[in-house]
Amino acid sequence: MDRGTERGGNGPQPSNTWEQDMSLMKHFLGAAATLALGAGAALADPALIYDLGGKFDKSFNEAAYNGAEAYAAETGGSYRDIELQSEAQREQALRRFAEAGFNPVVTTGFSMSSPIASVAADYPETKFVTIDGFVNPQEHPNVLSILFSEHEGSYLVGMMAAMASETGIVGFIGGMDIPLIRKFACGYAQGALAVNPDANVIANMTGTTPAAWNDPVKGSELTKAQISQGADVIYAAAGGTGLGVLQTAADEDILSIGVDSNQNYLHPGQVLTSMLKRVDVAVKEAMEAGENLETGVMVLGLAENGVGYALDDDNAPLVSDEMKTAVDAAREQIIAGEIEVHDYSSDDSCPALSF
Amino acid sequence: MDKMPAWADAVLVPLISILLAAILSAIVILAIGENPVDAFKLMVDGALMRSSGWGYTLYYTTNFIFTGLCVAVAFHAKMFNIGGEGQAMIGGLGVALACLFIPFPHWSVALFVAMLAGGAFGAAWALIPSYLQAKRGSHIVITTIMFNFIAAAVLNYVLVNLLRPTGAMDPATATFPAATHLPTFQDMFAPEGSRLFRGSPANVTFFLAVLACIGFWFLIWRTKLGYEIRAFGHSESAAKYAGISPVRITIVSMLISGGLAGLMALNTTMGEAERLVLNATEGAGFIGIAVALMGRSHPVGVFLAALLFGFLYQGGAELALWTNIPRELITVIQALVILFTGALDNMVRMPLEKLFLGMRRNGQKG
Repeated sequence: MDRGTERGGNGPQPSNTWEQDMSLMKHFLGAAATLALGAGAALADPALIYDLGGKFDKSFNEAAYNGAEAYAAETGGSYRDIELQSEAQREQALRRFAEAGFNPVVTTGFSMSSPIASVAADYPETKFVTIDGFVNPQEHPNVLSILFSEHEGSYLVGMMAAMASETGIVGFIGGMDIPLIRKFACGYAQGALAVNPDANVIANMTGTTPAAWNDPVKGSELTKAQISQGADVIYAAAGGTGLGVLQTAADEDILSIGVDSNQNYLHPGQVLTSMLKRVDVAVKEAMEAGENLETGVMVLGLAENGVGYALDDDNAPLVSDEMKTAVDAAREQIIAGEIEVHDYSSDDSCPALSF
Repeated sequence: MDKMPAWADAVLVPLISILLAAILSAIVILAIGENPVDAFKLMVDGALMRSSGWGYTLYYTTNFIFTGLCVAVAFHAKMFNIGGEGQAMIGGLGVALACLFIPFPHWSVALFVAMLAGGAFGAAWALIPSYLQAKRGSHIVITTIMFNFIAAAVLNYVLVNLLRPTGAMDPATATFPAATHLPTFQDMFAPEGSRLFRGSPANVTFFLAVLACIGFWFLIWRTKLGYEIRAFGHSESAAKYAGISPVRITIVSMLISGGLAGLMALNTTMGEAERLVLNATEGAGFIGIAVALMGRSHPVGVFLAALLFGFLYQGGAELALWTNIPRELITVIQALVILFTGALDNMVRMPLEKLFLGMRRNGQKG
């Protein structure tokens, strides 16, 4: 049934009350069977909880926001969201949304997995989604854990960085020094070394507190420091801090690589590419599935198009055919299992880079 | 007499400050096209009209009582301890180590030992800055604030490299054993099957915080040490002349201060999260400064100010949940209260003093 597009054509409609929805459904569909099904799904709006980094970080959380907006635009549905301010609010927001009947409750960031594990059993009717987090599906059957293979995507952009670099020195600037970001860095270093075994990868983390996700000034300083060490391509996996990295790289006329969302447009012609992590697609699909969301564990890698690199008009002049051929070949090989990219979080070590 | 009555100083000044902050906040909310009356109602509804709302309000209050008392002790000795944040972080490490590695038979024993551990770790973190202040004259404001960053880095290192369960993404310790679970308000007050206080984090440490307020009062106004701290705070040279050692008082009052900050971790780490997360303090150490200023470094004042900030935090969460007021503006509202009650205190006090003086003169003439 395609009631989404029909309603979308008439502009967004409130679907908060059952009666309203009934009349709409009668109008558009009329079929009694679909009516019963549809009304059930539309009763519950989805909810979205952003991690502490904030909604408009132009990166991870914003990708989730874009996914939710795409859901709203395409289906005419509505959703509610919250930007967390404190640790204690994690569980609170989950409970309040579940009690108010929102379903599914989608969350971003691995820090939500523990709170979800502790509340999920109290609300068996509600489906919870943790993006980047992992909740044991045997213990909590109403939770969907969505994980991304960031190391695979980072490997590809690492290859591109090494091919674009003239000095043979490529940089990595991470946000907060946590295993997830080391996973990005490790994949990136492996990719760079695969292209150029003599390449030198400089990796820096912005900080050790959550403030490191939103410190563009420090990102800019680290960029300058890496440039002075000879780096001419710098990959930022640092949330809002990355904006400072991209800005300074553009100012200093070197190349940068964005992360999570497509950030090529921020400085056209100066951002080599962006490592895409399709959080938007994951959020949108979870919201569209509504109450019928299938729970369990989902790993989105290159094969599922969950991660990848961005190619658009803004960076087309920077990406040579040779680069594209090599990266696409590597992508196929990773999917086929011929190249194995080491995952830092699997054993907390990295063969290509020391931290 | 050039002073206004004590009741005006303790009650009227903070109330007028809060009112001013509220008016400014209302203007801010109006400016973004929301209704301030509705927003206020939502805050009150969410923070005070539901049992779980109270559970959150009192949870935040507990944090702010501890950090408020922490700053207040130091204030009595005329020192400005900005390091409550770091001391609470390291206190959390102490609490976590005790909970993780000692097999406790019962939560009450666990609470007692964790209290000692958290207090000792927090105090130890205050020791170096206080020693540097007492012996070397390095200013306590600078050293304590720098120690906040060191604490964050230490905690990050310990969590990421030492205490994190293998394979876990989150820089946090494993969950504490069930025996260390502190009774929450739900466990204590909710009858079987009722939803009273369901899911809210307030726990038995709230009563510990109240006890700390009473102990604080006793310490400062009823003991020799308290007298020495106050004497030192009023005049270092006079205290020295009276045979009070400045070095000893500086160090001892900072140890008490750091210990109180460390106790805050009982609430967040043992009571709420039941594991040590990286971001466990989230600014409560700094809110403590506002709480101590607003509470005039008196335990009753600290308690009430902590309650107000607890309300603001929980009410702010409700605003974030159910309105489109962005998170940043909620912080603006909280900041306005801090600004008016803490920093702009004299703006209200001085005109008020003049007013009272004028009234008194008129009274004398008539």
